[in-house]
Amino acid sequence: MMSLHEYKVLARDGLWDNNPVLAQRLALCPALAITTTATNGLGMGIATTMVLIITNAVISVFRNVVTPEVRIPVFILLIATIVTVVDLMINAFLHSLYTVLGLFIPLIVTNCVILGRAEAFASRNEVLPSAVDGLMMGVGFTAALTVIGAIREIIGSGTLFANASSLLGSAFSFLELVLIPDYKGYLIMMLPPGGFIVMGFLMAAKQVLEQRAAKKAQEIQQTALMQQT
Amino acid sequence: MSALISGPHTHAPTSVSIVMGHVILALIPATAYGVYLFGYPALFLVILCIVSAMAAEAISLFLLNKPIRPFLLDGSAALTGLLIALTLPPWAPWWIAVVGCSFAIIIGKHVFGGIGQNIFNPAMLARVMLLIAFPLEMTTWVIPHPLFSPTALSFSDSLNITFGSGIANLDAVSSASLLGYIKTELTLGKTIPEIMQHANYDPLTSFIGMKNGSLGETSGILLLLGGIYLLAMRIISWHIPVAMLTALIAIPTLFHLMNPDRYVGADYHILNGGAMIAAFFFATDYVTSPSTKTGKLIFGAGVGSVEYLIRTWGSFPEGVGFAILLMNALTPLIDHYVRPRIYGRTYLGKPIESPIKSDSK
Repeated sequence: MMSLHEYKVLARDGLWDNNPVLAQRLALCPALAITTTATNGLGMGIATTMVLIITNAVISVFRNVVTPEVRIPVFILLIATIVTVVDLMINAFLHSLYTVLGLFIPLIVTNCVILGRAEAFASRNEVLPSAVDGLMMGVGFTAALTVIGAIREIIGSGTLFANASSLLGSAFSFLELVLIPDYKGYLIMMLPPGGFIVMGFLMAAKQVLEQRAAKKAQEIQQTALMQQT
Repeated sequence: MSALISGPHTHAPTSVSIVMGHVILALIPATAYGVYLFGYPALFLVILCIVSAMAAEAISLFLLNKPIRPFLLDGSAALTGLLIALTLPPWAPWWIAVVGCSFAIIIGKHVFGGIGQNIFNPAMLARVMLLIAFPLEMTTWVIPHPLFSPTALSFSDSLNITFGSGIANLDAVSSASLLGYIKTELTLGKTIPEIMQHANYDPLTSFIGMKNGSLGETSGILLLLGGIYLLAMRIISWHIPVAMLTALIAIPTLFHLMNPDRYVGADYHILNGGAMIAAFFFATDYVTSPSTKTGKLIFGAGVGSVEYLIRTWGSFPEGVGFAILLMNALTPLIDHYVRPRIYGRTYLGKPIESPIKSDSK
């Protein structure tokens, strides 16, 4: 069994230290292609998170049965099965989202984050930690995609969470904001270059924050040493 | 003085600011002509571009904790601003200038590490970005309204065009550029001789520059003079402009001879659009072009060929911006394969055998 502290490490890893998009630089294809609005980013993130939790748990169950030589085909087969189920479910219950994300959901099978977590974590850990790892990585992925989508949407079309009600239900229509009325739009942000530019700036911002935190920690350590001597 | 001097050093009287100064000087005739041809809105645009490029430079330097004064006043940001202004439609609104210039300086230059580190020419990058993001504003070509002529704009009307509600009677003052016109008519199934009858195209007028187009690209002769000045001052070498213009003469001539109904002649390609300004002022950027002579020839020929490809078979009427950016991206590759000869070695890198036989045995 894992201690609470280890779960905290898992959470921190997925959300920040080892964020799938901003630190591991994995799954850039959906991260750049789908994030033209915050809602699309959120929807893609939720779909990937669902897949990630289930695949991590299932692969963890089978980890002692599968021999190392055939593990990758087996993992892919399991992932493909689960993605197909999620794909059909989104098509059935969130159909308007499916029209936007439709092309990208089957591609979750080849999303590097899924196989990456299966290889790096689920194939070596028990079921519950694997599922938690899937959840945290998924939430980190969702957060990154939503932030990229939000920035691109605000600069690109002056709105935020457009069509959120078709993803989350009409109760969430309050999220749909028009931040800049009569905005002509800044098309480049909706095109792939906008995705690259925003992601680059987010990665840079993450580095700056981490460097500041490291500097602060060093200063605290130094003052502590000074006080000891 | 520093004490560390060994060996005889020659001192080259060049620096970033001297180079930038010469290039700006070479651009002044074309800029002045553009302002004359299109009136006060063009002047506002030039000033606005230079100011916003320098403001973006100052902000970037401040954020990056770099010394502000030496970098800001070396002229590179001012030149980038001026170059962007010259590629804009002369009556473009103020925000086109501000968005374009800040994009060039912040994303095109400082994100890559500042002066000398950028992969793409910042001004060209901004122009292409603006074309893709704001296709309507970037293809509004007004017919010339020369200053001091009966059609000249009043100062207040000019202010309104750049900073206010925009161009009031758009259809009356604008017309398609020749490149765009021919492209549209060709898709309607007409032949080149048929189109040229109505195109109002005269090579001499086009060379002098009395036509619509971007602010500083209309006058081939003034740009050519600027280019010759830069060549004479040894700011640029002849390789890139000559290779580019040769490609842009040879390829169209070949196609024109094969099928004169479908392909226009070389003079049209040289004298219209941004070919001339690009050949001397954009393609010759030191940072984003190859360093060897052979590399420069390949680079220039590549720009000319890609420009012809896009103009003739692409979806945009003008492709020089894309051509330059594409060749900018290929520059590291060209520099990797085309290297200067190492001193004392052949081009293949083998040591040169000494012609003098040593008798020391």
